Amino acid sequence: MSEKKCQTIEEKQYLVRFNADTKSHLTVMDADICLTKCPDKICTIFCPAEVYKWEEIRMHVGYEGCHECGSCRIGCPHQNIKWEYPKGGHGIVFRLG
Amino acid sequence: MSEKFDVIVVGAGPAGISCAYELAKAGVNVLLIERGEYPGSKNVMGGVLYRKMMEDVIPDFWKEAPLERPIVEQRFMMMDKESAVTFGYKGMEWGQEPYNNFTVLRAKFDQWFAGKAVEQGALLVNETVVLECIVENGKVVGVRTDRPDGDLYADVVVLADGVNSLLAKSLGFHKEFRPDEVALATMEIIKLDKKTIEDRFNLEENQGTTIELFGDATKGILGTGFLYTNKDTLSLGVGSLLSGLIKHKIKPYELLEYVKNHPMIRPYIAGGEPVEYLAHMIPEGGYKSMPKVAGNGVLVVGDAAQLVNAIHREGSNLAMKSGQFAAEAVLLAKEREDYSEATLNHYKTRLMSSFVGQDMKKYKDSTHHFDKFPQYFDKYIPMMNKAMSQMFTVDGASKWEKQKKIWRDVGTAGEKLKLARDAYRAWKVMK
Repeated sequence: MSEKKCQTIEEKQYLVRFNADTKSHLTVMDADICLTKCPDKICTIFCPAEVYKWEEIRMHVGYEGCHECGSCRIGCPHQNIKWEYPKGGHGIVFRLG
Repeated sequence: MSEKFDVIVVGAGPAGISCAYELAKAGVNVLLIERGEYPGSKNVMGGVLYRKMMEDVIPDFWKEAPLERPIVEQRFMMMDKESAVTFGYKGMEWGQEPYNNFTVLRAKFDQWFAGKAVEQGALLVNETVVLECIVENGKVVGVRTDRPDGDLYADVVVLADGVNSLLAKSLGFHKEFRPDEVALATMEIIKLDKKTIEDRFNLEENQGTTIELFGDATKGILGTGFLYTNKDTLSLGVGSLLSGLIKHKIKPYELLEYVKNHPMIRPYIAGGEPVEYLAHMIPEGGYKSMPKVAGNGVLVVGDAAQLVNAIHREGSNLAMKSGQFAAEAVLLAKEREDYSEATLNHYKTRLMSSFVGQDMKKYKDSTHHFDKFPQYFDKYIPMMNKAMSQMFTVDGASKWEKQKKIWRDVGTAGEKLKLARDAYRAWKVMK
């Protein structure tokens, strides 16, 4: 790690093991709410894995890199995220911490 | 597999494993369900495990458990942008049996701990999600899992499903948590040569240091950072209330990078290689956010019951104690052959009269207080740094002059009064 070099979220995520399910455990319930009622799209900011990315007219949900922390469910100002656990044995696999 | 057990414990973390261990030891037929590939694969903490509560479950555990380092020094850094006021305590009594606390890596530790419960006779099933509690006639009688034909029955279901606590919520034991009731923490495990760690932290072999970071570590918003020594890695993390991240529009991983590049932290981790990145929530709502913890045929333990003392960075120890008390209540219920809330409420009574409940009550207003009044972190910590800098910089000014200047810099008479009032208020919520 050289001085003052900032590691990107992509580099961080690369350190983590994921055993992604084929089906998303995160669902945006009403896509219209993101488009019309949510100018801040704050989930794209506070999600620690940058799972949520705004793509012009829709929210892309990269569930495969989810840490299953639950903050999107609680932090979404419109309670617009249906949040479940991934299927047993799937999702993030911490090896150390 | 419509099987019936005496007890089903949902979640193999410190609370769930402690409960399953105690029950299995007493000869109870207990099933421990874990959704991850193995216990610990979904579990995260900064890394401090307290000896006393762990020893209450497994005496002399330090002789065989996968621990990192016994902590002999605890430091606290009050950080400004390019400075820090540090205080701490180091004592050799913590470096020998019975020790005070240890750093651990949870993926390793939880696997070991769950294995000990299995040795006692608990049945551990991994890779299984509990979707909901099965409720009949107002009583929890089992769980529905994501396995085919996955209904399982028990006299008591113990919910140790962690901070998200979805099962207790679905039973109506608590509402969805608010963003100011949970902290979001991110951390990295940074690989560094063992000898380098010992040199940098002034340690001998099998000694460790914890450093808690306040102030600029979270850019002045309510939260803390931490830097802990493991055997040949460091755990560096930062957490703040989710509401704070939202309000200030801060990306948690950028905050972590900010701490990593902070001049007070950078030298400790220089040359280290990040090997894992982790994010997790911490229940920090305290006493007022605690859910109902006992019902007919059901108990709630650990993070799921919001059992965290944020001020003292304690959680796993409260979790273990709650798991033990839950086991005790189950044994009482078994003896009485009555699994109603009235009998299981023994758990709540024991919990609230122990140090767990007492500490939850003691700090019931602390998080809310420091959240409501940000000046402690964004104003008084920088002020403290400036005062120390002025006092210890030898520049020809007399110490009286320096003291006068420091006092002048606090501000107007009104601001001085406010400082005094804030100091009194802080004392009040902490006393």
